[in-house]
Amino acid sequence: MQPSLEQKLWMFEHMVLSRCCEEAIAGIYFEGKQPVFNMASGPIPGEMHLSDGQEPVAVGVCAHLDADDIVTATHRPHHQAIAKGVDLDKMMAEIFGKSTGLSGGRGGHMHLFDADVNFACSGIIAQGMGPAVGAALSRKMQNKPGVAVSFIGEGAANQGAFHEALNLAAVWKLPFICVIEDNAWGISVAKGASTAVERNHVRAASYDIPGHYIEGNDPYKIFAVAGEAIARARAGEGPTLIEAETFRLAGHFMGDAEGYRPEGEKDGLFARDPIPAMRARLIADGDATDADLDAIETKAKERVDAAIRFARESADPQPEDALTSVFA
Amino acid sequence: MTQTNERKLTIARAMAEAVAQEMRTDDRVFVMGEDIAALGGVYGNTRGLLEEFGEERIRDTPISETGFIGAAVGAAQDGMRPVVELMFVDFFGVCFDAIYNLMAKNIYFSGGNVKVPMVLMTSTGGGYSDAGQHSQCLYGTFAHLPGMKVVTPSNAYDAKGLMTAAMRDDSPVVYMFHKSLQGMGWLGTEAGATVHTPEESYTVEIGKAAIARQGKDVTIVSLGMGVHNALKAADKLSESGVDAEVIDLRSLVPLDRDTIRASVAKTGRLIVVDEDYHSYGVSGEIIASVTEHNISVLKAPPRRITFPDVPIPFARPMEQYCLPNPDKIVAAFEEIKAA
Repeated sequence: MQPSLEQKLWMFEHMVLSRCCEEAIAGIYFEGKQPVFNMASGPIPGEMHLSDGQEPVAVGVCAHLDADDIVTATHRPHHQAIAKGVDLDKMMAEIFGKSTGLSGGRGGHMHLFDADVNFACSGIIAQGMGPAVGAALSRKMQNKPGVAVSFIGEGAANQGAFHEALNLAAVWKLPFICVIEDNAWGISVAKGASTAVERNHVRAASYDIPGHYIEGNDPYKIFAVAGEAIARARAGEGPTLIEAETFRLAGHFMGDAEGYRPEGEKDGLFARDPIPAMRARLIADGDATDADLDAIETKAKERVDAAIRFARESADPQPEDALTSVFA
Repeated sequence: MTQTNERKLTIARAMAEAVAQEMRTDDRVFVMGEDIAALGGVYGNTRGLLEEFGEERIRDTPISETGFIGAAVGAAQDGMRPVVELMFVDFFGVCFDAIYNLMAKNIYFSGGNVKVPMVLMTSTGGGYSDAGQHSQCLYGTFAHLPGMKVVTPSNAYDAKGLMTAAMRDDSPVVYMFHKSLQGMGWLGTEAGATVHTPEESYTVEIGKAAIARQGKDVTIVSLGMGVHNALKAADKLSESGVDAEVIDLRSLVPLDRDTIRASVAKTGRLIVVDEDYHSYGVSGEIIASVTEHNISVLKAPPRRITFPDVPIPFARPMEQYCLPNPDKIVAAFEEIKAA
């Protein structure tokens, strides 16, 4: 399965949009946090996990989804949210903790929920798995279309929730896809030091479901494998486990000095940045011109600037609103 | 009030009847958990449902609480109304993330844009020598964490009405039923829990306590099994002319503080009976609810009859020594009656 030209350009556009978002956040994050770094200060307080480098997985999968499909995301959710179509203004306002945010500032960047596009997060490793399986069960029981995708990191494959959810999805043959974004590091611990198998897709054999490994952080390959898995799920043929090699160009969180990485590793990763790579490929394949792609990049930047402006100009929540929305 | 057509049900049957009636009128309701289908639930509260509704809507799960409770959260957010069973509340240790980080928080994290209409039913309580991993109540543990409603019926009438209310609620409800009240002979059965239960569907409001016995000399506040101990103590006290009022909390979240405060304002004495551990729990919360509101209503220091802060022991003499009982309640009253 190969992406159409339209799908290729959609993927590029959303990778760029996501990267612009992260760059804008990175530029603002340290406002008020210098010279002394204090996570609580500045217009964007709290932890910040950026997704730079991991965009191909999100777009390669979400290119096959529509608003009705379900995605559960992780503590590093921005690229997944953008690829799923979460409202960018409300998402940015949530990241800033504003009243106009997705939850009016109750959740923050690790807890983005957009019911309009069936997008949810959990900041706890692997805990998006169960809810995604449950949403898949809901669709199956109601005979409604829709698949559920849970994005996780490779570290989550060592969590009990990963295994319990895969078993449940398999035993009930649910329209569920687990997508592992393998960026090779669980915060500071290398995958090889934490994981008994070299590649997590082999764990699919434990649940008698297909498991696929995609190397190279390649959006087209991810598109192809995800497309087959999602078509399979839509056809009622059950779940699939997908493991995609990717990498983190940012630290685990903003402020992470990444002293745990081998010297020079990061330089090698920047040289493989998937966005310039895709840009070059689109041109080399004759799919787009420099001018076409410049226009996409300009538009993305403008869109993000508008979202940042919306977030900055939005009002803070009323403090006492903290006491509302505990129950439905 | 006389009951012309008395229809006594056990709590187990009342729970199953509530679920069956709701399932007949609402396709979104389904049940999942361990041994809830062919077996009808270890405590009988899903008996008969598989036969009527089939295995699609009455789902036995793997022994995989993180998986299926997490799945219930996702199904609820997607428009279903799951009723899910955690067989023993003691098992919360393997799945609490799905409960308190997902089920209890996703409404808040969405600013109310996502609903989580699910019921987590779970058994509580000891008294039958099942030792420290199968006998706990843990009411305070669940009630402490925001985002979950918590109910604890003491009799079949409330069990049915609270279950129906829980299934119709758009927020998650933890439904904690005491094993000794289920009417399963092999777990010991408290006869007082088996009461008249109307056949038609009805609700009992979540967040509203009941006055199980009216009185003027002392307020005994309790929940679940403790209500029956309190009523027995009240009978004993009445032999010496003491008129005890017994409040059945029925709900822990929301907590009906007004009913408690009004009763203590009337009686001036407060005894709390809670089978959960003594410290940092429901009993302390009840007392604080009275004293922080108006400490002057108390004629005597409040008393609490609770499980001591030890893991629940296996041997019968040790467990029975630790459990609340009517004699302990009577003795507590003797300590405070002079005031």
